[in-house]
Amino acid sequence: MTLLQIEGLGINFGGLAAVDKVSFAAKPGEIVSIIGPNGAGKTTLFNLISGIYTPSCGRVMLSGQDITALPPHRLAALGMSRTFQNLQVFQQMSVLENVMAGCHMGEGNHIFADLLALPATRARTRKSRTTALELLGRVGLADQADQEASALSYGALKRLEIARALATNPRLLLLDEPAAGCNAVETEEIDNLIAQIAEEGIAILLVEHDMKLVMKISNHIVVLDHGKKITEGTPQDVAKDPKVIEAYLGSSAGKEVSNAVG
Amino acid sequence: MSEFLQFLFSGVTVGAVYALVALGFTIIYNASDVVNFAQGEFVMLGGMSTVFLYEAGIPLFPAAVLAIILTSIVGVALNKLAIEPARGASVVSLIIITIGASIFLRGMAQIVFDKQIHRFPAFSGEQPFVVGGATILPQSLWIIFGALAIFGALYFFFTKTLTGKAVLATANNRDAAKLMGINTNFIMTLSFAMSAGIGAIAGVLVTPMTLTSYDVGIALALKGFAAAMLGGMGRPLGALVGGLAIGMIEAMTAGYISSEYKDAATFIVILAVLFIMPNGIFGRSAIDRV
Amino acid sequence: MNSISTKYATLIAMVAVIVIAPMFFPSSFYYRIGALIFINGLAVMGLVVLIGYAGQVSLGHAGFVGIGAYAAALGPIYLGLPPVLGIVLGALISGSLAWLIGRPILRLRGHYLAVATLGVGILIYMVLNNEAQLTGGPDGMPVQAIGLKEFLKSIGYSVKGSVMWYWLAAIVLLVGAVIGLNLHDSPTGRALRSLHDSEIAARTVGIDVARYKLRAFVISAVYASVAGSQLALMNKFISPDVASFLHSVELVTMTVLGGASVIFGALVGATILTALPQVLTMFEDFEHVLLGLIMMLVMIFMRAGLVPSLIKLIRRLTK
Repeated sequence: MTLLQIEGLGINFGGLAAVDKVSFAAKPGEIVSIIGPNGAGKTTLFNLISGIYTPSCGRVMLSGQDITALPPHRLAALGMSRTFQNLQVFQQMSVLENVMAGCHMGEGNHIFADLLALPATRARTRKSRTTALELLGRVGLADQADQEASALSYGALKRLEIARALATNPRLLLLDEPAAGCNAVETEEIDNLIAQIAEEGIAILLVEHDMKLVMKISNHIVVLDHGKKITEGTPQDVAKDPKVIEAYLGSSAGKEVSNAVG
Repeated sequence: MSEFLQFLFSGVTVGAVYALVALGFTIIYNASDVVNFAQGEFVMLGGMSTVFLYEAGIPLFPAAVLAIILTSIVGVALNKLAIEPARGASVVSLIIITIGASIFLRGMAQIVFDKQIHRFPAFSGEQPFVVGGATILPQSLWIIFGALAIFGALYFFFTKTLTGKAVLATANNRDAAKLMGINTNFIMTLSFAMSAGIGAIAGVLVTPMTLTSYDVGIALALKGFAAAMLGGMGRPLGALVGGLAIGMIEAMTAGYISSEYKDAATFIVILAVLFIMPNGIFGRSAIDRV
Repeated sequence: MNSISTKYATLIAMVAVIVIAPMFFPSSFYYRIGALIFINGLAVMGLVVLIGYAGQVSLGHAGFVGIGAYAAALGPIYLGLPPVLGIVLGALISGSLAWLIGRPILRLRGHYLAVATLGVGILIYMVLNNEAQLTGGPDGMPVQAIGLKEFLKSIGYSVKGSVMWYWLAAIVLLVGAVIGLNLHDSPTGRALRSLHDSEIAARTVGIDVARYKLRAFVISAVYASVAGSQLALMNKFISPDVASFLHSVELVTMTVLGGASVIFGALVGATILTALPQVLTMFEDFEHVLLGLIMMLVMIFMRAGLVPSLIKLIRRLTK
């Protein structure tokens, strides 16, 4: 059963096809990685899927429903959430509140109750707090719950974004370089976390530069170069594909690809 | 027809002043992302300084030049003392800082000059020309052609000189410009000096017609800001078109509908334009970068 | 929890200020200034929700103050409403107007939003100023008293108008503070504060950013309107100047000066900018110079505003 189906998705920036008719699919519980050299269009593809850019062509289907160019908050309601390569943390809120903001959709829409702090509102806030604390525990940030988000380290902020995205109860999670700027230990933790999330049946789209991580945890890899999909397949297939080696040729990532597969 | 022509003349004259004020907003905005609400005070300082230098016995032309230089120095001081130390502050904070600067300058003008209304003689007499049944004052022509000359000179500066291109590069991407070896602090200082100078020139041109006093700056700043936003913040061409458009709307509304509602008409048009074009007429749309 | 204690700390501090201040008032004139501070503070609390929580600028909020003021003035004359219901009428009109124009306007960002709200404020001002047969034009118009003073007298309490308004405005301010503080830690408040920091991230967690911005705008318009109604009823006179651009700027300055992100900042900002001109008149010609200087210095050296900056300082010192 396919959860996410991308069909011929593309966008032009000033006549240049930043993403050029890309197609692929993801099943529940599957980890699909999107790799490619710098500037291949990975983040742009994420922005297209998650409704931040409006595609010039193609479709995005979620469980058979056409969700192309729906605004992000509608996509969130349909079960899509994401993290960002350039962090988009709520800097002036506490770590806990960041994740509680992720619980927004579960809190309903009760403006007058909120203004008057009626018991129902306080109950909703308590529930969100419990959920958020649980999620913070899961990403290893429970101790920092009451700190201001801006006080966290880069690696911790990456995990905070994952916790916030999980709070929306997604079926599909887009992770944009979750391990960037993390040390080996932190990368290992993120690696385990992603695997756990997938085991719960959440489909994961992953953009990541750490090839070791990608090769280890992906079920399926899509390779982009200059906005085009050049190949896709299992980590083993992709690593052996001459087109991939060529795209990465000369770059250190190329060596990483071959090293990672050994 | 002659009636229309009369409104047209008045609209273009007023519009040229607004365009100059809007241009001042644009130059500073491009260099520093700051919308300088003290822009109107530069116009006031240009006019008032000229008045007092002239009354002190200096001939009109040197008095005006001196006034423009003095105002530019005030502009540079504003940048060094209030804007540079506040680098990175939020949009609202910067608005408050420049409004604070405008109140401060107005207060200083009250002390250094006075609270009276002043003028100095028109450059080429007061005898109006008659064109197609409508009249136009020689000073109006000074304003219109003065504004055109400044826009022309700036166009030359930005497209033909190295410093001008450096200003544009800074406007486009400050960090990249810095990496290219452009002294962005100098560009900011230069922009404040230019912007203040242009404001002062507007003040010198307009004083014989509309008179001046310590508090003429606010209204001009409002209109200039509106003109810059209408045209699209950061675009000199937008400043010209926005300024002229607002001048025309005011003149036509005052002429054909009601002078009481001329400001209302202006803002209705601005709101309507922004509903359709959220970044002004010539503004570039910002793409969210994530 | 931390946020609960913030709520009660703010309220206790405000009650303390309100109760203790009159002990130092040399004359009943100071009650009037106090009432004026509380009324301004209420409008500023609305802007705390809009600017501090949701991160949206408005340079036209005095327009809503004007609507509230004139609703309290005109309601009794044309609709036969008791003046107190004029407050409700004003709030309804302001809220509905904010809701109507907010949708298109709040799509704009930064300075474009600033100029659009400025335009709305000026349009309201122009109507109040020019529709003289209705509003008395630039000369203003008298406002019917609420009759509370007479009522109090009839039950045996003789109280000066200024003193009565001091306590009345204080109570309304406290109610406004409670609502603002409630909002801060509610689901809606978290949605507002998150879109302040990152609209994109707020969207991806399912927050309908346009809808929440609109809510903040409507709430802040209602605060401003109620403040305007009180002003009209206290002064028993109203002129279009309450809706002027300068008053809008004053309100925003109070908001940012006190610290836009905290409710208590509204009281501090309103106190400084309402009391300062009274104090600065002693310096006569230097009034504007000093005011401008203070605005610049606070914004340069205490970017978050007075209250948050002081809290930070105290925390650092006590660590």
